[in-house]
Parts: sequence; structure tokens; C-alpha cells
Amino acid sequence: MKNKLIDLVNISKSYDGVTVLDELNLYIRENEFLTLLGPSGCGKTTTLRILGGFERPDHGNVFFNGNDITGLPPNKRQLNTVFQKYALFPHMSVAENISFGLKIKNKPQGYIDDKIRYALKLVNMDGYENRYPAALSGGQQQRVAIARAIVNEPKVLLLDEPLGALDLKLRQDMQYELMRLKNELGITFVYVTHDQEEALTMSDTIVVMNQGYIQQIGTPEDIYNEPQNAFVADFIGDSNILDGRMIRDKLVEILGVKFDCVDTGFGENKPVDVVIRPEDVELVKPEKGILSGRVTSIIFKGVHYEMEVHANGYDWLVHSTRLQEVGKEVGIYVDPFNIQIMNKPESTDEEAVPVEE
Amino acid sequence: MKSNRLKWLAAPYGVWAAGFIIIPLVMIVFYAFTSQETGGFTLANFDDVFTGEVMKALGLSLGLALVSTLICILLAYPLAMILAGMKVSQKSFIVFIFILPMWMNFLLRTFAWQTLLEKNGVINTVLGAINLPPLEIINTPWAIVFGMVYNFLPFMILPIYNVLIKLDQDVVNAARDLGASSFQTFWKVTFPLSLPGVISGVTMVFIPSLTTFVISDLLGGGKILLIGNMIEQEFKQLNNWNVGSAMSMILLLFVIVSMVVENKYDKTGEGTAL
Repeated sequence: MKNKLIDLVNISKSYDGVTVLDELNLYIRENEFLTLLGPSGCGKTTTLRILGGFERPDHGNVFFNGNDITGLPPNKRQLNTVFQKYALFPHMSVAENISFGLKIKNKPQGYIDDKIRYALKLVNMDGYENRYPAALSGGQQQRVAIARAIVNEPKVLLLDEPLGALDLKLRQDMQYELMRLKNELGITFVYVTHDQEEALTMSDTIVVMNQGYIQQIGTPEDIYNEPQNAFVADFIGDSNILDGRMIRDKLVEILGVKFDCVDTGFGENKPVDVVIRPEDVELVKPEKGILSGRVTSIIFKGVHYEMEVHANGYDWLVHSTRLQEVGKEVGIYVDPFNIQIMNKPESTDEEAVPVEE
Repeated sequence: MKSNRLKWLAAPYGVWAAGFIIIPLVMIVFYAFTSQETGGFTLANFDDVFTGEVMKALGLSLGLALVSTLICILLAYPLAMILAGMKVSQKSFIVFIFILPMWMNFLLRTFAWQTLLEKNGVINTVLGAINLPPLEIINTPWAIVFGMVYNFLPFMILPIYNVLIKLDQDVVNAARDLGASSFQTFWKVTFPLSLPGVISGVTMVFIPSLTTFVISDLLGGGKILLIGNMIEQEFKQLNNWNVGSAMSMILLLFVIVSMVVENKYDKTGEGTAL
């Protein structure tokens, strides 16, 4: 694998006695698209601000290319930030905004002009040089903010929920644009978001955070398919999270019914969390299911129907392209491979908390 | 329309404005262009305005107001910056401290300074007691400048402070992020973005300083005449309302110019919000 570019070691930070980050350890590799994902207040933005140099950790160190940059002010760091609300300079034109960093570094005018043209082309904003931020839409301001950051050729681009204020269609377009940009620039992106879909779409690596702790680090596939705890499972996509009991290897009891599964090594008669994705719940004829229940609600979602099936005292969330009828008796079947078994959380900070949207 | 039905609520103020703002203004214009002897139209009143003595007073007024405004900016800006960066709990105490003098009567405060600054006043007594040379400032233009700064400083702090607390901190962070030192960030981003507040403060200090006659009367010992004193003399001692009005109109011209400049730069009205 490529080498570590940034290393966060034992980072702690609290505001007015409230701990935001607790002994956080994380490294970021060169040329990686890493996303810090979590609900508001999980510490993801604080982590980014510590990287950018806007906050100092109470404890711990930040290493960049092996050098300790913990105490370095933002202007001395080889990274640039795209701020959440764009933070363009309102008294400067688009060209002046973009050239701000280059002028500070006393680059020659010809170089600056070339860079402005290149950057505006890169973000599809050619011809907007002389506009002022107030005359641009949110999406356009976002593009200028990105252009302003990348003309400085940073080693790392930090992005703080940059698409949060855009509407859905524009947000999806910008996701592809960002991925294209990252490939063209060949630099590291550290991206902060609370939107799991955004994270799954763009990232090489996702860091799921909650209440100041890292819950799981992995590829989007790992995070989605193999959540390490109930919080991650709950936060990434919809899921059925059930209390279960591991009877022995490859056999788990849920809602009083035994299910075959593929997990081993949890011990015998051990309480566990069981996660089953809604698309992995198969609705079959009542007699063919492992358990049976009644369809209680159906919502059309475009690609699939979202249904609730009441069975053994639990409302199962089911995604299926095949329409059932409300009130119909159905059987529930889950492929052993699609049952995720997880240890119960040992401390409260790993517990699944309701996510505010 | 709801707003139309509520319009009559503004009527009392309308009467007030007509009686105490509009009519006096019309009267000033009327007196300025009429002769004291005949009552007919004349421009002669302005001949009495454009004399060496009045122009000297006007020049001195402009000069002292300018110096006071400048000193106010230099004192107020750093304070407003410190204040804007403070936590709410600390902030309220400091705001209380610098607003405290404003609750005392303006005349009283100026009288107090007259007593304090006198040749044998409190300050010189204290200075003498610790073997320091006396402060000979009373009855000089500097005493007037001091009085202006003392009285009008809060009007400079508040608009600057108002603009600074509304400044998006991430815009300042962005400048730092793009490589600017804190000094560069201040001159390229913070200061230009706070200009509406500064300009608002400038008008709020400059205009009252330009038009004052109480401060120059009390701290100037009646020997230093500002344009405000000249106007007062015309009205009260020489009983010539016509020349006094003409002088007032010249002063009004400067006030209007200041307001136009302020409106041009402070389009959102943020700075004036006290």
C-alpha cells in the first residue's frame, strides 16, 4: 500500500469540559479519498479543523510526512480547505478569490493568470472571472471555493461537508465532479460528511465516527457489508438490528427462532447483535419461511418497495422489487451468508444512538 | 392589506417629524435667504459666512473633528476586535464598562473634565504631589479633542464591533488556510470587510464633533471658536438668525456629504445598527 501521509496520534479535544475527541488515532495515505462519516457532534469536523490547523488538540500530535505539525499555523501547512459555507471573500471577484493564495506567495502575474484559467476550466466555470460571489449560485460558489483551494497545489484537500447546502441533483453531479477532480489532481482528499450515501459513493476509505470515537475504518464495501457494531450498521443504510443469542458456531437464535449463519468464534449461548439488511430479507410463501408474519405497510420508493412485516413481535424492514399486499401472510427467509453477527457493545460510546437528520 | 391598516399608528411620529424636523429645516432655509432688515430675498447672509473669521472656525472644526475621529478609530478598532473575539460572559462586563459613561449626562461629563483638567484641578494636584510636571491642556485645542474622543468613542466602538461579530469566521480562516499571515489576513480580509462599520463609526463621531459647541465652550475656555460656537453667537448674542441660518446651511452641507458617503459604503445598514 502507499505510504502514510498524515498521522493523527492520540488526539484529544474538549470544549468547555465536553469531550469531542478522545484518544483518536488515524492515518491517511497518499492519494487516498478518505471520508470522515458520522452524525453531528461525532467529532468529524473537529478532526478536520485540527488537520487544517484551525484548532489545536488538547493532547496528541499531528504528523505530516513524518514531521510534527501540531503547532503549525494554517498558513504554514501544505493543505487547503474547502469550507462548509464556501467562505469566499465577498469583497473580491472570482479571479481575485482564486488568486489570493498565489498572490500571497508572490507568484508572477503570468503564472497566476494561467492558474486562474486552468482552475476555472477544471471546475467548469470558465468566463466567471469577474463575477462577485454574491452573484453566484450555491453550486457555483462551491466550485469557486474548490478552485481557490486547488490552485495552491496542496498535497491534501480538506472538504468540510462541501455539498451540504446543495439540492439533491446538484449534489450527485458534484460527487462525480469531485471524484473526477481527485483523479485528475492525484492528491489526497479528506472529506467530512454525515451523508452515508455520499461517503459510499466517493470514498476509498470510510472512517465512521460517533461521540468522539472511531467506530470502524474500512472500504465502503467493508463498512456496508461487514459493519463491526450496531451503530455502524444502523448509520450506514437501513437495517434490521435484532437481539440474538449465539447458540453455537453457525447457529443463532433470533426472536425465539434458530437461524443458520456463517459466523464462528462467538462462543456458546452468548448474547449478540444481529444485523440483517432490508434487501436481504426474502419474502416467500408462509410455509417456506424460517418464520412467518403479516405485511403491515408498503411504501413505493422508486427502485423498490419498502415494506414492513410484523413477525414474532418485530417489525421487519424489507426492500423488495416484488409487490406484496398489506395484510398478506408471508414467510421470511434470510440466506445464512446475509446474517451479520456482532458482539454487544462493551461501552456506551459504541452504542447505537438515534441519528438526527 | 394589514400594513395599510396599521399605517395610522405612524401618525404621531409624522406630526413630530413635521413639527420638529421638517418645519425647522424649512425655516433655516428661509432665514438663510432673507434679509434681516427688509425680509426680502438676498444672498448677502452668505457674504457674512465667507469671512476669514468664520472660515477659520470652520477649518478648525474640520481639523479637530478629523483628529478626534482618527484617534477614535485607533482606540476603538483594537478594542472592538478584542471584544468580538471574547466569550459572551466576559464580553458583557467589558461592554458595560465602556457604555457606563454614556448613561451619565453629556454636559455633566464635560463639566467634570473641565474640573479635572483645570490648572489647579484634581489631575494637576495629583501630578504635583508625585513631583510630575503639570498637564497644561485645558483651554487648548487638545482639551477639545480629548473631550470629543471621550464623549464619542462608544459611537465608534459599537458599529465596528457589530460588523466584526457578524464576520464569518471561516472567511478569516480561509485567508489563513490560503497562506496569509495574521497580519496579511487582517489587511486583506478582516479590515476591508469591516469598513462599513468603520465608515458608520466615522460619521457618528465626525458629525457630532464637527457641530459641537459645548465641548469647545467648556474645555476651550471660550477662547477657541468652532463653527458651532459661531452659529451659537449669531443666534444668541448677535441675534442675527439670518446669518446664523446661513452658517448652519454650510455646516449642513458637510453633514449631508458625510451621510452620502456613509450610505454609499454601508449598503446593508449593518454598521448603524446600535
